[in-house]
Amino acid sequence: MAGLATVLGSGAMTNTIAEIEDSSCILAIGTSTTDAHPIAGYRIKKAVRKGARLIVANPKAVDLCRFADLYLPIRPGSDVALLMGMARVIVEEGLMDQKYIEERCENFDEFKQALDAFPPAFVEEVTGVPREKIALAARLYAAGKPASILYCMGITQHSHGTDNVLAVSNLALLTGNLGKVSGGVNPLRGQNNVQGACDMGLLPNVFTGYQRVDNPEARAKFEKAWGCSLSGAPGLTHTEIFDAAYNGKIKALYLVGENPLLTEANASHAAEAIKKLDFFVVQDIFLTETARLADVVLPAATFAEKDGTFTNTERRVQRVRRVIEPVGQAKPDWWITCAVARAMGAQGFDFNSPAEIFNEIASLTPSYAGISYARLEQSGGIQWPCPTAEHPGTAILHTEKFATPSGKGKLVALQYRPPAEQPDAAYPLVLTTDRSLFQYHGTMTRRAPGLDGLNGEELVCINPADAKNLGVAGGDLVDVVSRRGRVKVKAKLTRRCRPGVVSMSFHFAECPTNVLTSPALDPVAKTPETKVCAVRIEKL
Amino acid sequence: MSDLITLTIDGRPVQAAPGTSILRAALDSGIYIPHLCDHPDLEPVGICRLCLVEIEGRRPTVSCKTPVEEGLVVRTSSADLDLIRKVNLELLIVNHDYNCQSCVKNSKCQLQKVTSYVGVDEKSLRRVRKPELDHPLDTSNPFFTRDMNKCVLCGICVRTCDEIQGDGCIDFAFRGTRTKISVLGDKPILESACVSCGECVARCPVGALVPVKFEEPAYEVETVCPYCGCGCGIIVGARGGRVVSSRAVPGNQVNRGSLCVKGRFGLGYVNHPGRLTALLIRKDGELVEAAWDEALALVAEKLNSYKGDQFAAIASAKCTSEDSYVIQKFARAVMGTNNIDHCARL
Ligand code: SF4
Ligand code: SF4
Ligand code: SF4
Ligand code: SF4
Repeated sequence: MAGLATVLGSGAMTNTIAEIEDSSCILAIGTSTTDAHPIAGYRIKKAVRKGARLIVANPKAVDLCRFADLYLPIRPGSDVALLMGMARVIVEEGLMDQKYIEERCENFDEFKQALDAFPPAFVEEVTGVPREKIALAARLYAAGKPASILYCMGITQHSHGTDNVLAVSNLALLTGNLGKVSGGVNPLRGQNNVQGACDMGLLPNVFTGYQRVDNPEARAKFEKAWGCSLSGAPGLTHTEIFDAAYNGKIKALYLVGENPLLTEANASHAAEAIKKLDFFVVQDIFLTETARLADVVLPAATFAEKDGTFTNTERRVQRVRRVIEPVGQAKPDWWITCAVARAMGAQGFDFNSPAEIFNEIASLTPSYAGISYARLEQSGGIQWPCPTAEHPGTAILHTEKFATPSGKGKLVALQYRPPAEQPDAAYPLVLTTDRSLFQYHGTMTRRAPGLDGLNGEELVCINPADAKNLGVAGGDLVDVVSRRGRVKVKAKLTRRCRPGVVSMSFHFAECPTNVLTSPALDPVAKTPETKVCAVRIEKL
Repeated sequence: MSDLITLTIDGRPVQAAPGTSILRAALDSGIYIPHLCDHPDLEPVGICRLCLVEIEGRRPTVSCKTPVEEGLVVRTSSADLDLIRKVNLELLIVNHDYNCQSCVKNSKCQLQKVTSYVGVDEKSLRRVRKPELDHPLDTSNPFFTRDMNKCVLCGICVRTCDEIQGDGCIDFAFRGTRTKISVLGDKPILESACVSCGECVARCPVGALVPVKFEEPAYEVETVCPYCGCGCGIIVGARGGRVVSSRAVPGNQVNRGSLCVKGRFGLGYVNHPGRLTALLIRKDGELVEAAWDEALALVAEKLNSYKGDQFAAIASAKCTSEDSYVIQKFARAVMGTNNIDHCARL
């Protein structure tokens, strides 16, 4: 979440899931909340019951639309245009929070100038949504006190994902919705512990708590604690790692709990890259498609077989507790990594329990410093930042100032950049990927009896008008072809897709959608653009 | 807390917050009032009429819909009340398909509790007994079975689906003695808009909505759902080294007693027969089983020769934070590189 971190000083949800219920306006952009985050979806529905306005912006008429006051069927990749267009309406009509802008924001003048590039006609053309609807959305959002913005992969998974996130925060700053109960900008993180993984420094440029590796002070602190010297050069992102493996620069790879052959944008490239490695270790709970290519496969324990913590999308650290003994030879991931380190003669990996690891984390991470297993046992969850053992944790971020050097929230002058991959005569349709309620990156859900039965095969969703032009009927087998590859799949006709857009999910090994998707990267966040990709449909 | 209201129930002083119903105030103080249709997560409706109480100076009233007031004097049982309850209960259960021994709800069933409190008179039951209902079982959903022959028409499932899930897939259908809970058009539940969240199953007071292949856990442990970033609190049940059940942590600030289909019914992967239970090492092109010592020695020897930026680690956002911390420390401190990332920048 590089974007939010730059302007606001943090990349997590600014508010809590429970607060959504009392928002008076919710803008849900790029999220199919009721499918991907059902419990957050309950809160949205509750808010609507209590009278909140709900605006949904999404290329696909997601389930949430059933509850929406306003649905904006935007073209894939046009989020920045939509959000800047809304900001322009708010500024033109004087609906912004002038006092808040003066006291808490910076860079308003430059931002205001940038809005000149987003006249209604242009925004209408780029988004495909009539200008009146966009103006209405802007007014609804500005009138909502407080108003909350929710977004997820739909908005970050673009080559301009970072811009999208900045555009979201612009809108919230402009209307004084940050640091307020039931307001805020709220990225809903995909997998259970993405937030925790990022907090723990499972990123190439930061240690725990977003302490940068290229900051000499931070490095000195970790060198002292770990008793070694550390590299100050930021490392490669996961997409770059596969490129580097493909080019022979990465020779050994240690892969834990991931199945890139299924989930990586441009999966065939990932497979090629893996085959070029000298040494490949996989640690997982199943012998996945990827693990079959490994030199060594280490059996890992599931969440039910180990102790530890997860940090959820609202920064809440909660205890994971062992329910059963690990199956067979399986061991917790921390145990395996420590054993490897010790076998290599390394110091500092003699942890006897996750509690000991957590103590080391807290001692090195200011935002976790006041959290301990003992406190978690009592409270059932603490939201960071929690700097001291007496601190109750923080439900809402930025209530008094922003965690930026100036303490102010920066309004960012953005430009519209079209998606890296545009449709053309040979590839006239835009493919977007999404996920179904019943599946979650298939490795787990596909093996949960029952879940597979509810949504057991991959489908390509096509608008009936497009289908008619192609001569395709519902249930027909078709080839979906992109500039990178092709997959065979059954067609489903639905008005949920706007014309010109088709959608698929990426849960099924026998139909790896990501063979098709675009390797274009966001220049800052390096998120692969699995959301926008040009394709054509060939009838078989 | 000075703003608590004090009242008297069955001669015992009881305190409760303003807005609490008399029923909940009594139950929270350990005074049982029979009830079927009330649920703490839902708006009260007062349709089972079992929770009638007498309040000094007023007519008998349903306690689930009457809020506490300072100084009220409440009686939960009297000859009159007991008689009305008996009649109400008999009407409810004349068609009930009793087979408690083989029922999933046995010993946790609210109807059993009500029946033993109110007492039923076999003779008068036989007098009103109508021909037995024979609703077919609805086994269309892979996670739960609907047996409407055990339904007491409390409407909890209907209100749950409407108030909590927000979907309203099911409703009362037909009239009089034929009344039942059904999907629009009396179709199997799988053909409705039902998202299989199981919220209704978790709240049904009797054995009408029960999980498929339910096994009573030997013990339960509170932990966190492994699926999405909401991080719902779950209570996982196990027996014989297997995970067998999952339910929501009642007071958790995130999910407030709710779960979705994945957190409630999706934990089967833990004990899937395809779990990787052995270590594998590639020998002559084939993956063959190995012991921990052998595998660790091999990995250590190999990785020792790839230190620096020719090494990379990619970990999972599904692992615990402790797992994540250890592997990034390993990449940085032992392998000497910042080539460490996770797969889901989402
Ligand atoms: S629902 Fe209750 S009363 Fe009816 S058979 Fe089951 S346990 Fe017995
Ligand atoms: S399982 Fe959920 S969606 Fe289905 S009927 Fe019950 S409450 Fe409604
Ligand atoms: S199915 Fe269960 S919850 Fe629904 S009305 Fe019948 S008894 Fe009540
Ligand atoms: S129960 Fe559903 S909403 Fe809750 S964490 Fe699990 S997957 Fe997410």
